[in-house]
Amino acid sequence: MDFSALLNDPNFLPWLIPVGPLLAFVIISLLTNRSRMTPATSAAYGGHHPDYEGMLVPIVTDRSRIASIIVGMSGVLAAWAIAYRVVFDALGIADFGRSVFTSAVTWMDTGALTFKMGVLVDPLTVIMLIMVPLAVTMIFIYSIGYMAHDPRQSRFFSLISLFAGAMLILVVADNLLLLFVGWEIMGLCSYLLIGFWFEKRSAYNAAIKAFTTTRIADVIMLLGIAYLYFATGTLSFREIMYDPMPTHDSAAAVAGEHDEGVAVAEGDHSETVVAVEGEAVEGEAIAVAAENEGDHSEGAVAGAEGEYAAEGEHVHTWAIELAETPAIFFGGISAAGVIGIFLVIGTIGKSAQFPLHVWLPDAMEGPTPVSAMIHAAAMVSAGVYAIIRMYPLFEAGGHPHDGDLTSPLMLMAVVGSVTALFAATIAVAQNDVKKVLAYSTISQLGFMMAALGIGGFIAAAFHLITHAFFKALLCMAAGAVIHGMEHGEHHVHAHGHGHGALPAGAVGALPANVGGGAVDPLYDAIPDHGHGAGHGDGGHGANAHDEQPGVSSHAHEVGDEQGHGFDPQDMMNMGGLRRTMPVTFITFLIGGLSLAGLPLITAGFWSKDEILAEAWLGTTKGFGPHALVLVCLSVAAFLTAFYTMRQLGLTFWGENRTEEAAHANLGRGVVSATMTLPLIILSFFAITAGFVGVLPDFPILGGIFSPEGAPFGEFIGRTLVEEPPHLDFNIIPVAISFIVALGGLLVGYLMYWRRPLTAGQRDPLMAILGDSIHTTLRNKYYFDELYIAVFVRPSQWFAKNVAYEFLDKGVIDGFLHLIARLFNFVGDLIKMLNLWLIDGVGDGIPEMIGRLGKWFRGAQTGRIQQYMLLVLVAALVIGVIFALSSGVLQAAP
Amino acid sequence: MLELNATTLAFFVFAILSLGGALGVVTSSNLIHGALYLILSLFGGAGFFVLLSAPFMAAVQVLVYIGAIAILIIFAVMLTRSMTRMTEVYNRQWWLSALVGTLLLLMLALGVIFPVWGEGGMLPNQPVSNEVATTEALGVAFVSGDQFVLPFEISSLLLTGAMIGAIVLARDTEAS
Amino acid sequence: MIPLWMYLLVAAAMFCIGVYGVLSRRNAVAILMSVELMLSAVNINLIAFWRYTAPSDMAGQVFTSFVFVIAAAEAAVGLAIIISIYRSRRSVAVEDVNLLKG
Repeated sequence: MDFSALLNDPNFLPWLIPVGPLLAFVIISLLTNRSRMTPATSAAYGGHHPDYEGMLVPIVTDRSRIASIIVGMSGVLAAWAIAYRVVFDALGIADFGRSVFTSAVTWMDTGALTFKMGVLVDPLTVIMLIMVPLAVTMIFIYSIGYMAHDPRQSRFFSLISLFAGAMLILVVADNLLLLFVGWEIMGLCSYLLIGFWFEKRSAYNAAIKAFTTTRIADVIMLLGIAYLYFATGTLSFREIMYDPMPTHDSAAAVAGEHDEGVAVAEGDHSETVVAVEGEAVEGEAIAVAAENEGDHSEGAVAGAEGEYAAEGEHVHTWAIELAETPAIFFGGISAAGVIGIFLVIGTIGKSAQFPLHVWLPDAMEGPTPVSAMIHAAAMVSAGVYAIIRMYPLFEAGGHPHDGDLTSPLMLMAVVGSVTALFAATIAVAQNDVKKVLAYSTISQLGFMMAALGIGGFIAAAFHLITHAFFKALLCMAAGAVIHGMEHGEHHVHAHGHGHGALPAGAVGALPANVGGGAVDPLYDAIPDHGHGAGHGDGGHGANAHDEQPGVSSHAHEVGDEQGHGFDPQDMMNMGGLRRTMPVTFITFLIGGLSLAGLPLITAGFWSKDEILAEAWLGTTKGFGPHALVLVCLSVAAFLTAFYTMRQLGLTFWGENRTEEAAHANLGRGVVSATMTLPLIILSFFAITAGFVGVLPDFPILGGIFSPEGAPFGEFIGRTLVEEPPHLDFNIIPVAISFIVALGGLLVGYLMYWRRPLTAGQRDPLMAILGDSIHTTLRNKYYFDELYIAVFVRPSQWFAKNVAYEFLDKGVIDGFLHLIARLFNFVGDLIKMLNLWLIDGVGDGIPEMIGRLGKWFRGAQTGRIQQYMLLVLVAALVIGVIFALSSGVLQAAP
Repeated sequence: MLELNATTLAFFVFAILSLGGALGVVTSSNLIHGALYLILSLFGGAGFFVLLSAPFMAAVQVLVYIGAIAILIIFAVMLTRSMTRMTEVYNRQWWLSALVGTLLLLMLALGVIFPVWGEGGMLPNQPVSNEVATTEALGVAFVSGDQFVLPFEISSLLLTGAMIGAIVLARDTEAS
Repeated sequence: MIPLWMYLLVAAAMFCIGVYGVLSRRNAVAILMSVELMLSAVNINLIAFWRYTAPSDMAGQVFTSFVFVIAAAEAAVGLAIIISIYRSRRSVAVEDVNLLKG
């Protein structure tokens, strides 16, 4: 085995990418996660964990912490390194896309079919590999500080390593099944991580909610995958969506059997038809790509066994084939349509779109790094990544750029735009800083889905990437804010300052547990913290906040109002934090502005603009879905900018509304460093990541950044067999972007920055919208209540009454009892038989013998006369016999 | 057939005596009557002996059998008097006994007597000669050394033994 | 002369009557009487045969004498036994002497 050659082979390297984090998971779980049993009432366990009197709980040792951190970081850094190696290799190849890095092993050989699983690195993967390891590493660094006082930090690292590993598996997978494996592992990890603080009832309820909600979608997705496999016999992405169908006769294609609207005769689009000029290429399981730099014609594509279509024709992939076969159910839709719809439903669950969005806000019960991961880097991105990946299948049979949307695309467009708008409206009425971000994520994912629905492949992918950066940044910055607020709270406690907390009703503060679980009356964190020595009056200095052994950093991660009334996550309790947490403020600001889409200088602008441009293009042509998308997304973008500004204003601007806010800061130690470093790095990306996608026709900037076509678009467009048409620059969508972004920011500024809220002041929004509307928004349109009434209660009723009472106790137990009775009966029968038989035979025989004996004994009467008589009789008999035999009798007269 | 003369008449008389007496013995409920019937039967037997030219035997029969044995029986009857008034004469198997007896008789008669000594039988049924031995010869036979002296002596021993045995058995043990 | 068979028949009849008496009488003394009958019948038989087959030979009469002796001895002893049994059991029914029973 030539390791060095192997390690230099970009086809092989992608296998190693997920290995790092997965190995870290195994090592941490099995080796380095060591804990010491400590009484649960000790300060080290405190914080959000309730005090269990008299119990011993495991608290991770310091050495174990360090070991786990090292292992975890090594894992992701290794993944990052290898991923970037692969990325650089890929970027070095021109026309990467026709040639890809791929490597597969035979997983299952059933004789009729050979199922291969492996890795695939094509342009889309490359893009993800740039973003995912980076974001994940940032989150890991952040977790070092954030979870520094958590009693289960090692476990946390092992779980996020698994999470990262699963995401990477998903990203480099070359077939739907492996993607689904990564998908499901991430589902599991989200369950484990959301419920990381499992002592808290709302946390584990939220975990269950997340898992169940996504599970519904996953099942349907699996149906789609199964149908796809059934229809095509393969699940490999390239084979389905890129390569020509194995038995397809290219001549027939020439004859015009297929009518899929090959070329979009749109003005300036230059169509690149993928065809290998005249060369029949034999497919191999391992494709060699790296050596073919600059050589177009030799792109060997994995799995292709037929000839490429002749030049000028377009490739008849499996996807197109499926688009022509009618589905085996739901008559009017094609197979591709049904499969597509199912897969989209999977994403609706995983990416928390309407109507399966309910789990995401509750997922905030997990630690902040988890939220960052879920929201930005991993989970929800996975959903959108999956549909971007399967886009050719969705598109097959239709041409979105001509307004002809297939059913999956229509579904995506509608669901996406509805979600985007819907979530944005909820976000404006939320007071919890993390909840705003949660709904913001839902909304932005709606953007992506809608973009994809109308055919904006490049726009959706672009937005995915930029969103990942600024959302991760925002989540972690929010975590830092909360962390600071908790410090402020402890400070207030220690110094006996009165609570600045305001009664719950006045400022529209929310109970932090929405939907899901009941509030845990056992939860009682704040007053019992032992503040160790050294927390002196002016001592906000050096390590006061970091080294307090008794202080848990996350007491109010999921703030519970029961009994204390102070929620460190409630923005109404904040204000003026820019002074005490400047770095956080700046980074949060950058992230927020990127989210809002501040024109030109933020990444969010460019990606959002591209989406709107796609929508505008379609609207001008009179396509209905495009118009819907345009309107919904514009309004949503406006609201996004608005609530972002609101959030920033409430949190950072103005004056401290509470004592706790006045003392909120991160301190100055390792903890704060590890928390702020990722923020800084990500904010850099939040600004610059957009510049790779500037349209070449954009005035001035287009010429600077994209002289030969937008790098991002060019690069990623080659993922598809037919490169999507490139957008022209059009001033109107840009103008729309400008207007909505700046407009929203302005309104937010006017309401929350010019006259920042003071303590006790009501949210002006409530006055504008009116109480009823605002309350509805704040209660998320009562969706959780609806689901509880419609699904949860009936399920519980069913489980209790039907499954338990009827089926389990009635049928199964009844059956078992029946069997028991039957066997008892048989047993009794046998016993009877036994008794009868044994008594009959066993006792009968002796009795018979006895009776026989007694009967014989009757002969022994003791009476001599009887004996003599018998003798005489016998003698007579003998005499007669003798007489007869000797013939004497004949002479008798 | 038989000629009707005194011998034949005597024979039948004695036959009736014997058989009638015998029947009387076995059927009488009163044992004294039975004993008397026995005497009657034995008289018949003695009569037969006379007809058969064995007068000594007849005398002995009367003297010993009747005079001693039958009297002895009467004594025994009298000594066991209280039980002589039994209600039942026969035991439970009397019918079978009657049957067996009848069969035996039939067998003897039909199987032995008639075929051998009956009319046309194998052996003659008339006396071979009329030379009858005298009583004197009988006496001589008893004591003659080359005839039956030994059994004679032994029989006297037997009688002695019997006498002693009878005395011992019937002795009143409480007295001693 | 009277044919031999007549004597024999009478003797046989008397014997069978004796058998009947032995087998069916309850009183022991009655049984003894029946036995005497049987013996008497045997005697008649013997003398009849002597007379008709070898009248000059004394063996017949001698034999008969011995039968007398036997009969006498047996009657004596038998009665002694009966009296002895009577003394201990107060019963002369042979049925009651059933120690052999079982």
